[in-house]
Amino acid sequence: MPNPEAYVGRPTSRVDGPAKVTGAARYAAEYFAPDLAYGVVVSSAIARGRITAIDTAAALAVPGVIHVFTHENRPRTAWLDYNYRDEVAPPGSPFRPLHGPEIQFSGQPVALVVAESFEAAGYAASLVKVEYEAAGHVTDLEVKRHEAYVPKKKRAGVKPPPEPRGDPEGAFGAAPVHVDGDYTHAIEHHNPMEPHASTVVWEGDGKLTIYDKVQGSQNSQKYVASVFGLNADDVRVVNAYVGGAFGSGLRPQYQLFLAVMAALELKRSVRVVLTRDQMFTFTHRPHALQTIRLGADEEGRLMSVRHDVVQSTSQFEDYQENIVNWSGLMYRCDNVALTHKLAQIDTYTPGDMRAPGATTGVFALEIAMDELAERVGIDPVELRLRNYAEKDQDENKEFTSKELRECYRIGAERFGWSRRNPAPRSMRDGRELVGWGMATGCWEAYFQKTSARARLAAGGELEIATASSDIGTGTYTILAQLAADDLGVPIERVAVRIGDSSLPASPIEGGSWTAASAGAAVQAACGAVREKLLGLARSIDGSPLANAGIEHVAFRDGRIELAGDPERFVTLADAMQAGGVEHVEAEETVSPDILTSMRYSMYTHSAIFAEVKVDEELGIIRVTRIVNAVAAGRILNPKTARSQVLGGIVMGVGMALEEESMLDHNLGRFMNHNFAEYHVPVNADIHDIDVIFVPEHDDKANPLGVKGLGEIGIVGTAAAIANAIYHATGKRIRALPITPDKLL
Amino acid sequence: MSPSQEASADAAGIPVTLTVNGTTHRLTVQPTAVLLDVLRERLQLTGTKKGCDHGQCGACTVILDGRRVNSCMVLAAMKDGSSVTTIEGLAEDGRLHPMQQAFIEHDAFQCGYCTPGQIMSAVALLEEGRANTVEEIREYMSGNLCRCGAYVNIVAAIQQVLATGRRSATP
Ligand code: FES
Ligand code: FES
Repeated sequence: MPNPEAYVGRPTSRVDGPAKVTGAARYAAEYFAPDLAYGVVVSSAIARGRITAIDTAAALAVPGVIHVFTHENRPRTAWLDYNYRDEVAPPGSPFRPLHGPEIQFSGQPVALVVAESFEAAGYAASLVKVEYEAAGHVTDLEVKRHEAYVPKKKRAGVKPPPEPRGDPEGAFGAAPVHVDGDYTHAIEHHNPMEPHASTVVWEGDGKLTIYDKVQGSQNSQKYVASVFGLNADDVRVVNAYVGGAFGSGLRPQYQLFLAVMAALELKRSVRVVLTRDQMFTFTHRPHALQTIRLGADEEGRLMSVRHDVVQSTSQFEDYQENIVNWSGLMYRCDNVALTHKLAQIDTYTPGDMRAPGATTGVFALEIAMDELAERVGIDPVELRLRNYAEKDQDENKEFTSKELRECYRIGAERFGWSRRNPAPRSMRDGRELVGWGMATGCWEAYFQKTSARARLAAGGELEIATASSDIGTGTYTILAQLAADDLGVPIERVAVRIGDSSLPASPIEGGSWTAASAGAAVQAACGAVREKLLGLARSIDGSPLANAGIEHVAFRDGRIELAGDPERFVTLADAMQAGGVEHVEAEETVSPDILTSMRYSMYTHSAIFAEVKVDEELGIIRVTRIVNAVAAGRILNPKTARSQVLGGIVMGVGMALEEESMLDHNLGRFMNHNFAEYHVPVNADIHDIDVIFVPEHDDKANPLGVKGLGEIGIVGTAAAIANAIYHATGKRIRALPITPDKLL
Repeated sequence: MSPSQEASADAAGIPVTLTVNGTTHRLTVQPTAVLLDVLRERLQLTGTKKGCDHGQCGACTVILDGRRVNSCMVLAAMKDGSSVTTIEGLAEDGRLHPMQQAFIEHDAFQCGYCTPGQIMSAVALLEEGRANTVEEIREYMSGNLCRCGAYVNIVAAIQQVLATGRRSATP
C-alpha cells in the first residue's frame, strides 16, 4: 500500500531550523568540559625542507601554558601508513602531524601549544621559534607538467578514464570543424564558514568523546582508534551539527590528530580550532591543466572528442578525481580519447570539493561546446540536442533515467532563450553589455550501503537513528519526513538522531548519496517496524486486520487501517499492548544492487542558463539571472532541495568570477588566506536564481528513486557564465576566475 | 570553566561588567580577550559564531549598546558597562523573533553556521530603517558571508519581515 505522503514531496521546513536560528545548535568547538584546555597550532613558514631547531622556552613561560607539542616530544603513534589511511584516503602515505622534522607543505603544523585559556595559547604560539633549512620546492603545476604520470594505484570509488574508443585521431583529422583549446581554473579552498575544530572530552579510563567537524563520525572514529591504538568502543565521535564542509570534512583533518594526541598525553579535555588562514593549509580543489579537442561535421555532430588533463597532487598522496570521463559520457561520439595524469607539487594533498572532477572537467567541455556551436553557427541548445547521448558510451550502459531533454526545454522556456540574438556583443542594457549563455550539468547518482534503526514507542514517539551527517543538506528533515510517512505519525513526534559514531553504520556524507542511502535505510527500518506492528495487530482477538497482509494496510494517524476501509483499524498503542511491548524496534541495512549497477548508469542532469551584464569600461561582471533546470529523480523536499541547488549555483558563481587561491611560487604558499582576499560570493553578488525540478521517474537507481542534489548545482554553472560573458563581450576566457583584468 | 583558567585570567586580568541578554556578568578578562571569545568560551554562549576572527565574515555579529558589531573586533576589556544582545537573547519567552521565524520559513540557511550573524545583522538593519529595497538589503547584508549560498532566501526572509512591519527587535 503506497504511503499517504503527508510529508514526503512537500516543502517541509527544516526540523533543525529552531535550533539553528536560536543558537542552540552546537558545532564541534562548542562543547565544554570542566577540565577543558585550548590548543593553538603553529604553522610552518616554509613549503619544503626541515626543521633544524625549535625553541619553545618562551612559549612555555607564558602563564597558563601547559605544554608545547612538537616533533621532538610527540607521543608515540602508529607506525604504518595503513593506520593513518581513512575511509576516503587516496593511495599514498597520509600526512602525519608532528611526525618528524621534514616539512612537506607550507602551513604544515609544527607545534601545538596547549594552555588553560585560548588567549594564553594564542599568545604563546606566537613565541614558538622555529628554524628551518629550506629545500627547493615547486608549487607551479606548469613547471611539473612534463613529469605527469598515470597513477599506478587507482583511488577506490573513482572511475579511471575509459579505454579510448574508435579512432579519435583519424576522426579529428577528417572532421571539417575543429575546436582546440586549453582550459584552466584556479585552486579553490572549501572555506566552510565553520573553521575545522575538534573538542576532545577526556572521559577517564582512556575513553574519549570527540566533537569533530567532519562529514562522517565513523570515519574519524576509526582513524583515531587506529592511529592511537585505542579500542574503537572507547572512542565516540559526534558531529551532530556541521557548519558546512563541501568536502573539506570528508577526511579527518590534522586538528583532530593534534587534539586527540594532546588529550591522551595530558589526560584532560582539549579543544583545537584552526584559524581561517590555517583553513588554507590542507585540502583544496586541485589545479588542473586541461586540453580539449573536438572534431565535428558541418551540422555540429561530434566526430571526435579528446580531453587530456594534468591534475595537481601532493608529494605524498595520489589524489585522483574523475575530470575527463564526462566528456565521453555527456554527448554521443564514437571516437573518444580521455586521459588523466597527475603531477606532484609541494602542497597538502588536494581533496574532493563539491562535485569533484565534474566541476573541473565539465566547465572545460561546456565552454568547448559553446565554441563549437558558434563555429558551426547553430544555437548552443540545438547543438546539445543534436549530440544527445541516449546511453553511456563510456561504459556501454543504458541510463536508469535521463530527462535532460526536458531540462533544456523547460529551462530555455523559463529563461526566454528563444529571444537571444546569437551574435556576440549584440545585446545591451544602458551602458552594460548583456550576455546569455548556457551549459549542461551532470553528476553521478550514487547509492551506498547504509544502516538505520527505527524505534516506535507505544506513546507514538518515533526515533530514527543512523550515523549519517547533516552538513546543511537537510538530512535531519528528509529522514523525519520519510519516517513520519512510513509509520503514519506526525513529524513533530519523530526524533532523528544522526551525527554520532555509536549509531548504525553509515558512510561519510558526500557524493550526494545521503538522501538515497540513509533515506532508503530509514525506509527499510520503518518497513520492518510496520511488519512487526501488523503482526501484533493481527494477533489481537477478533482483530479487524486478522487476514490483512502488509500491502492491504495503511499506517495513518497512529493507526493501522485496512486500505479502502479506514473504519477497520487497530491503533499502534493497542497493537503494542496486545504484544505486551513498550516499543517496536528494527534495524536494517540497504546496499546497492550489483546487477542493476552492472546494467545501468545513473546520473543527475541539469541545464543552466545564465545572464550576465558587463560594464566594459570597468570590467565589472554581474550575474543577473540564472535558471537551472534539474532532473534528479524524486524530490523529497522541494524547499531544502532548492536550497541545495542554490548553494551549488552560488559556489559556481564564485568559481566563475571570484575564487582563486593564489600561490606565491617563490614562497610556495597561498598568499590570500583570508576572506578579504579570497573572495567568495557575498549577498550583493547574487541576484535572481530560479531552480526548476524537472519531473523524472527512476525506479532503478535506488529504492527511493532520488538521485541527490548536493553537487549538481555547481556543475556547469561556471561554463554557463563564461559562455554568457563571451556572448556579451566577444571575449573567450578559458581560465577561471574571470576577473575584471581578463576583460580589460 | 576550570578554576585554574579563572586563576590565570585573574593573573593579568581586567575586571569588566557586561550585561548580556539582560543578565549582568562580572568577569576578569585578559587584556587581549575579544568579546567573541568571552561570549563563547567564558559565558558559553556559543550561538555567536567565529568564522574568521578578522572582521571579514560577520558570523560573530552581536548588538552592542544598540549597534551591530563584529564581536571578534571588540576588546572585551574596553566595553566595561556595555550591554550585549546575542542570538540567544532574541526570542522572547520562547517565542521566536519574527526574523528567526522568517529564516525558518524561507529556508534562509543550510548548515546554520552563519545564521546567528545573519539574523542579528538583519534585525539591526531593519531597526536602523536603512534597508528598504532588495538592492539595499543585498548591499547592507554583504558583510555576512554564507558559504552555503543561502542569499536569495536570506533576502526573501528579510523582505517578509520588512513587509509585515514586524521590526521591533532589540530588547
Ligand atoms: S568572526 Fe568576526 S567577522 Fe568573522
Ligand atoms: S548557512 Fe551555512 S554558511 Fe550560511
